[in-house]
Amino acid sequence: MTKAENEITWKDLEIGSIVTEPGNASQYRTGDWRSQKPIVDKDKCSKCTLCYIYCPEGCIEKDAEGYFEANLFYCKGCGICATECPKKAITMVEEEK
Amino acid sequence: MAKKVGMEVSIAIAEMVKQANADVVAAYPITPQTHVVEHLAELVANGELDAQYIPVESEHSAMSACLGSAATGARTFTATAGQGLELMHEVLYVASSMQLPVIMTVINRALSAPLSVWSDHSDAMSVRDTGWIQIFVENGQEAVDNVLCAFRIGEDQRVLLPVMVHLDGFHLSHMIEPILLPEQKEVDKFLPKNDYPLPLDPAKPVSMGDFGPPVIYTETKWAQEVNLRASKEIILQCWDEFGKQFKRHYHPVECYHSEDADVLLLTMGSFSETASMAIDKMRKEGKSVGQLRLRLWRPFPFDEFRQAVKKAKTLIILDRALSFGGPGGPVCSEIRSALYDEESKPKVVSFVGGLGGRDITVEGFEEIINKGIEISQKGSEKEFEIFGVRE
Repeated sequence: MTKAENEITWKDLEIGSIVTEPGNASQYRTGDWRSQKPIVDKDKCSKCTLCYIYCPEGCIEKDAEGYFEANLFYCKGCGICATECPKKAITMVEEEK
Repeated sequence: MAKKVGMEVSIAIAEMVKQANADVVAAYPITPQTHVVEHLAELVANGELDAQYIPVESEHSAMSACLGSAATGARTFTATAGQGLELMHEVLYVASSMQLPVIMTVINRALSAPLSVWSDHSDAMSVRDTGWIQIFVENGQEAVDNVLCAFRIGEDQRVLLPVMVHLDGFHLSHMIEPILLPEQKEVDKFLPKNDYPLPLDPAKPVSMGDFGPPVIYTETKWAQEVNLRASKEIILQCWDEFGKQFKRHYHPVECYHSEDADVLLLTMGSFSETASMAIDKMRKEGKSVGQLRLRLWRPFPFDEFRQAVKKAKTLIILDRALSFGGPGGPVCSEIRSALYDEESKPKVVSFVGGLGGRDITVEGFEEIINKGIEISQKGSEKEFEIFGVRE
């Protein structure tokens, strides 16, 4: 769909609301469910990858320097990465309007 | 030329499903539907019908298997009754909202408890909000004809909806009646191939029944409502085409001596023909009575219905189901609501009867009509009358 989800009218829907574009769930912004976001302290991070492995959303990516950071388009703010981090390098911070 | 045969109605339905060349039958046997699926299983086993027969472990599985089948574009049939329809309940909504044209005969059966295998409309009424097209028939010929029409209506690209054809258990399903079974070439002429537009296909992947968050759910439901309402025109067209080819005519509201009658009796299903005999008798006695038989229950034919009752002074409605603690009969309650805003409308009197296979005779219908006239004149403190209960 080219339209934003809140612009889709009932007439735009396929029969039976069938989805004809494979993998289009990647366009779904789950990031707006979040009330807290993970902030990484790169001085503490050992690049161990545990946050990357435990993230249930699969939204933690490796950056150019080899550090791991959540993609906030998808991150739901569950805080599992912060809990699992053995170096306590991740802090969950309240989202502000 | 069509062949006239003496045949049990259930068997004739299975024969019509064979003629419609169904690809998949997934069903669980339950009285009084058993003979339909039993005969279909025989036809498949004998090689007379080239179809996949899936003997599932429950009705919930039957309807679920039908979803998968219809999603591949296969012509899909099932049948059930009473408790079986209840066990399918949640999957019925999925079939209609995913627009999968599953065709099902519901051999109407009363709901437990106490356990009853006999007929009333409590099963049919409990699924009225599931988004299926619901057609009621009164005799074996109508059952066979409307099973054929159901395939054409449901699979029509402008509709794509599941269809229930309702017929009363035992009173109709187990009767041996003279039935005109069309020739195969007549069926082939009337029923185009099923061509589901977005079938499951690895070469062209689609996802069905996806997650619908609050931002889109309302739009999906409105699309469904618009589509079901719009299907009425296609149903009318189908019946019209059927009438031209087979010379048997069907309408959403069947009118019997209703045009000039002051008093109308509205019935559904197999009891309608008995009620017609009461109408004949009373008209001979000079009484201004007529009958309406509601054939199309969903989508509800508002225009045709309002037109049919326009001149009547009294409308007596027989429901074969009870909405406990509510307005009595579900059909009557919807009809009262359909008439509420009309400037000129008949007085509506509600009867509930014929529950769990209890027969209503010609004399019984006379009694209902006479009592109905009395109530319309004198009024009543009750929401509805229950017919034939022993005090």
